[in-house]
Amino acid sequence: MKLFEYAAPTDLAEALRLMQRGDGEVWAMAGGTDLIDQVRQRRKEPSLVLDLKRVPELQAYQGGPQGLRVGAAVPCRRISSDPLVKDRYPALAESAALVGSVQIQNRATLGGNICNAAPSADTAPALLVYEARALIAGPGGRREVPLDGFFLGPGKTALSSRDILLELRLPPPPAHSHSHYLRFIPREEMDIAVAGVASLLALDPGTGRCTRARIALGAVAPRPVRALEAEALLEGQVPTEALLREAAARAVQAAIPISDVRGSAEYRKALIEVLAYRTLEQCLQKLRS
Amino acid sequence: MALRIPPRIPLRTTINGDPYELMVKPYQTLLEALRDEAGLTGTKEGCGNGNCGSCTVLFNGLPVNSCLVLAPEAQDGHIVTVEGLAKDGRLDPLQKAFSQHGALQCGICTPGFLMAARAILDSNPHPSEKVIRAGIAGNLCRCTGYDKIVRAIMAVARGEVD
Amino acid sequence: MTGRKEPRYVGKRVIKADALEKVTGAALFGADARLPGMLHGKVLRSPHPHARIRAIDCGKALELEGVKAVVTVADLPPFEEAKAAFGGELMIDQVHLRKLTIAHDKALFEGHAIAAVAATSPEVAEAALELIQVDYELLPVVENALDAMKEGAPLLHEDLYTDTLGERPKAPSNIASIIEGGWGDVDKGFAEADVVLEKSYETQMVHQGYIEPQACLASVDADGNVTVWVSTQGTFNAQRQLSALLMIPLHKLNVVPLEIGGGFGGKIYVMLETLAILLARKSGRPVKMVMTRAEVFRGTGPGSPAYIDVKIGAKRDGHLTACYAKMILDAGAFPGSPVAGAFMVGFAPYKMPHFKQEGYDVVTNKPRVQAYRAPGGTAVAFAVESALDQVAEALGIDPLELRRINAVEEGDLMTSGQKYNRIGLKQLLERVAQHPAWTQPSSGPNRGRGLALGAWQGAVLTTTAQVIANTDGTVTVVTGQVDVTGTRTTIQQMTAELLELPLELVKVNVVDTHSAPYTDLSAGSRTTYTMSVALKNGCQDLVAHMKRLAADLLSHPESKVRPEDVNYSNGRFWASRGSEQPSVSWREVAERSRTRGPLVGQGNSGRLPPAPTFAAHVADVEVDQETGKVRLLRYTCFQEVGKAINPQQVEGQMQGGAGQGIGWGLFEYYFYQQGKLLNPTFLDYRMPTALDLPMLDSVLVEVPASEGPFGARGVGEVPIVPPAAALANAIYRAVGVRMSRLPMTPENVYWALQEKGAGVTPRGHAPVSSSRGS
Ligand SMILES: Cc1cc2nc3c(=O)[nH]c(=O)nc-3n(C[C@H](O)[C@H](O)[C@H](O)COP(=O)(O)OP(=O)(O)OC[C@H]3O[C@@H](n4cnc5c(N)ncnc54)[C@H](O)[C@@H]3O)c2cc1C
Ligand code: FES
Ligand code: FES
Repeated sequence: MKLFEYAAPTDLAEALRLMQRGDGEVWAMAGGTDLIDQVRQRRKEPSLVLDLKRVPELQAYQGGPQGLRVGAAVPCRRISSDPLVKDRYPALAESAALVGSVQIQNRATLGGNICNAAPSADTAPALLVYEARALIAGPGGRREVPLDGFFLGPGKTALSSRDILLELRLPPPPAHSHSHYLRFIPREEMDIAVAGVASLLALDPGTGRCTRARIALGAVAPRPVRALEAEALLEGQVPTEALLREAAARAVQAAIPISDVRGSAEYRKALIEVLAYRTLEQCLQKLRS
Repeated sequence: MALRIPPRIPLRTTINGDPYELMVKPYQTLLEALRDEAGLTGTKEGCGNGNCGSCTVLFNGLPVNSCLVLAPEAQDGHIVTVEGLAKDGRLDPLQKAFSQHGALQCGICTPGFLMAARAILDSNPHPSEKVIRAGIAGNLCRCTGYDKIVRAIMAVARGEVD
Repeated sequence: MTGRKEPRYVGKRVIKADALEKVTGAALFGADARLPGMLHGKVLRSPHPHARIRAIDCGKALELEGVKAVVTVADLPPFEEAKAAFGGELMIDQVHLRKLTIAHDKALFEGHAIAAVAATSPEVAEAALELIQVDYELLPVVENALDAMKEGAPLLHEDLYTDTLGERPKAPSNIASIIEGGWGDVDKGFAEADVVLEKSYETQMVHQGYIEPQACLASVDADGNVTVWVSTQGTFNAQRQLSALLMIPLHKLNVVPLEIGGGFGGKIYVMLETLAILLARKSGRPVKMVMTRAEVFRGTGPGSPAYIDVKIGAKRDGHLTACYAKMILDAGAFPGSPVAGAFMVGFAPYKMPHFKQEGYDVVTNKPRVQAYRAPGGTAVAFAVESALDQVAEALGIDPLELRRINAVEEGDLMTSGQKYNRIGLKQLLERVAQHPAWTQPSSGPNRGRGLALGAWQGAVLTTTAQVIANTDGTVTVVTGQVDVTGTRTTIQQMTAELLELPLELVKVNVVDTHSAPYTDLSAGSRTTYTMSVALKNGCQDLVAHMKRLAADLLSHPESKVRPEDVNYSNGRFWASRGSEQPSVSWREVAERSRTRGPLVGQGNSGRLPPAPTFAAHVADVEVDQETGKVRLLRYTCFQEVGKAINPQQVEGQMQGGAGQGIGWGLFEYYFYQQGKLLNPTFLDYRMPTALDLPMLDSVLVEVPASEGPFGARGVGEVPIVPPAAALANAIYRAVGVRMSRLPMTPENVYWALQEKGAGVTPRGHAPVSSSRGS
């Protein structure tokens, strides 16, 4: 392990000041469940680890009709156990409940999951279907970035090495909508997604037509991606089983997976189709019941 | 030639109800600090990267992998380790149940399981088998196949162990 | 020590003797040992699976402040005694153990130790490793046994010549040995068969997965006396190996056992210990070494991968006519794969008129394998039991019935050609036939039930224990037999039973190699079986001593009692005649050892025949046809255990073995690419979690072994033998695909389903190291 110093600033200004020490020298830490192991494996070599958990802005947490604001250092466990999130953002609750074990979820944060930008990050597809935005503070002040433009590649995001992610902002979910996240792992727990799909469906209660469809895929591209063509296929239509199957098949086109220790590219594509169908089908069932 | 070693940090923390003032390395994990600085070797390292749960302790009441917590993070915190489960010389019912039900064999995983199980019961005194299994799924045991561990926790939940 | 009585302690669920220590965190394991002034040792390991080491430069490392010693192969004392075999489950000769401990001229696998450093802190030691410069010449990698056997394959060892029973071959080879066994004429047997089934199977390298990484602490005093604290399956075994490697006589080399956090065969030969002693000697300070998990995966001895071809012939009525298997086992970098274990297991449950097996022990650029619970057994049972299931199907016979028709009994032949003594396979299968796990239908779409048998003959070797009568009437059992599976508890139970004394009066003390006479390692399912005999002899010896003292106590000047006239029962010695005082208590006699010399019973297991065991596992699964994922719905382990000294502990062994076998069947394997391991973590080396397993129902069947005071058999290993095959057979019944390769991961099952459905060529997500069938 690289021998680093540790600081836990209690205000944002101090945190931002410490972040300015330069490229790769300072690494922000929230739950540390990614970072500590990466440092131990020498994949990151900080001279200073900046623990952000004591910065109040990163602990913000507010949910209501206006949407949901989650501070970047809020642990997954808190999110997945919040009745409001379970009710209004089920895919987020489900995905946050899947990150690692209970022990991991007590530490792992939404912010860390996003900033770490693993293609397999479980909460990313859910945040994408809710069209979440990232609130970022940096040397030049604050800015908001839609999550779609946040992920650039494995471990790469819109954050510069001097930026801090403050919070994630989720708009209210569309009326008459439901959402669902499923991932595939060989075991029942303690695995990283071989493939993951979050889907959101909104229906016009009168006509039954799909007013909005969002499908996002994890672990099958260098970054979490939306399946835009599949979404387009659904919107404006009255969903049928056949249509959902077609959409699921089309979602696969957005997947450009690699073969690695967790699965082959072909298998991952096959899984995307299965998971896309199952999530859509579940949404539809919920909406019709 | 000398390695540049960052200075130690004073850490004031409560472990098993007792106040501790330790000088920890900034890059030291809580697990290492407990074992090497506080001399509490009951907490075990099986993997060092959050995969096995043998290092589980309660940190401010919640189970965490102490191998993934930096020691200085425990500043002003409350930590409970396996050494702190028994109170006033009385074993925790889980400790009794694990013994009586044969829920341990080699015992290396036992401290971690006990802490994870304590956390399950603290948040849900009457968990189902499924809830119990989910609550210990971050803990690996290679000796038991989990059967007797699950049964021991169920026995405590049913009040069969005092 | 009188005739048979209703047992008081044997057969009871006595709480583990070490439970309290372990639930309170007080028990000391390998990594918990520490000494004042101790240094921290770290190992530099080869990043290359196969490379010639041209030079090692430790100069810079030694200049780093805090570094107290660096060792390389140059620090090993010169080799003297040629090819000293160690015996037991170890199966590695001394030359190879030296080269395995620290690379000589070549690094033979990724993770092979190259050098070791001791420093004042772990971080300085780690930094020093990076300052050691090694000049490697990369060599072509031999990834698997099939490649290794090919004509012109790169050689791992230029001096390795295939050991066959015939003459020495002309050229060196990666095939270390070829063995054969069997009887009759299989060609004739197959000609007589109505159905002949032939199929090939493959299994991958797996790890024992003990949760405690290897750890030790070594200290050398001014006179050169060495003490090593270590978690090991055999202290005397470790002592002998260290003695041979370091040329230290045994009386100057003490091995102290710490609690062992799981071994399963993987903590038999010394690894860190040798380096720690060398570092301690060189630095003059105690040295502690602990492996990281990645080092455990790369640098210890996993379980052997196998390629197995099976051919079975049977008559229409189900009787087997001939059985044949060819087994190629990958030993990793040095010879010694468990071919012998595989030979012992595969067809052991069955009567076979004609039988032949061939085994190949092959070296590759992987870590040298060690034993893993019933070494060789799981792989060969996966092959044989899967094939038998197909024979049953082809014949239209119920799979359990087919096994009952062919089940061995006392007097039938073991695979070695010797005769079985008393065994209980028939009784075991009878129990399965009546049990709801078998009789209740398994219903529902994509669901199926599989059955498989397992056999294990068990090692025997020698076990010793001393039974000491303390002056206050309590008893201490002193033994060097390390407690891997709960033997402290069963020793206590058996001793109290044999001596007819209350359980609380007996304490078992597992001591270091300088405090007890030699005993063999704790492995091979041998410990309880042989210990029961050692204790019987030890207790008899002690009681005989005590009878002599009791005779004196019971004598009067006018009437002398002879020792032969003293009987012992229930804590009292009785004079059968010639005395007015009828009896003296155990305690009164024991008290005399203050003046009359030690009261010690010497227990030795002597030469014993094996006590073979059998298991039958029944698995109910559900398969997700769309993803290939297998869900375990119900699992039942039936086992013939001889006599369960402690049923709770026996169940624990059965459940633990089943859990490991299920992991092997469904998830676990070393993912190699070009000889480099890509999954050296518990995240990607997937052992079952509590959510992956159902309750593991255990059914004990007791048919006493022919030897031993209670009829106990070794129970620890056989439960890992059937699971993979039981699951494979269940998957077939669920969705109609026959899996011929382990593990049966969702992806592998998925491709098998695709192949069946659409004639697609399977693209099994095979580890890159396997070349067949992908
Ligand atoms: C055993 C185990 C199991 C896991 N299982 C899963 C799983 O199932 N699914 C899954 O998605 N992940 C999993 N993970 C990965 C990890 O737990 C998650 O990605 C987690 O959400 C990371 O959050 P964290 O707060 O711990 O991040 P940290 O480790 O603290 O940080 C991660 C990265 O983000 C940066 N960062 C963190 N916060 C900020 C900020 N506010 N501003 C700028 N940069 C920041 C850090 O510098 C670092 O590079 C697992 C990890 C482990 C060890
Ligand atoms: S040691 Fe911390 S989870 Fe394994
Ligand atoms: S008891 Fe050995 S790992 Fe759990």
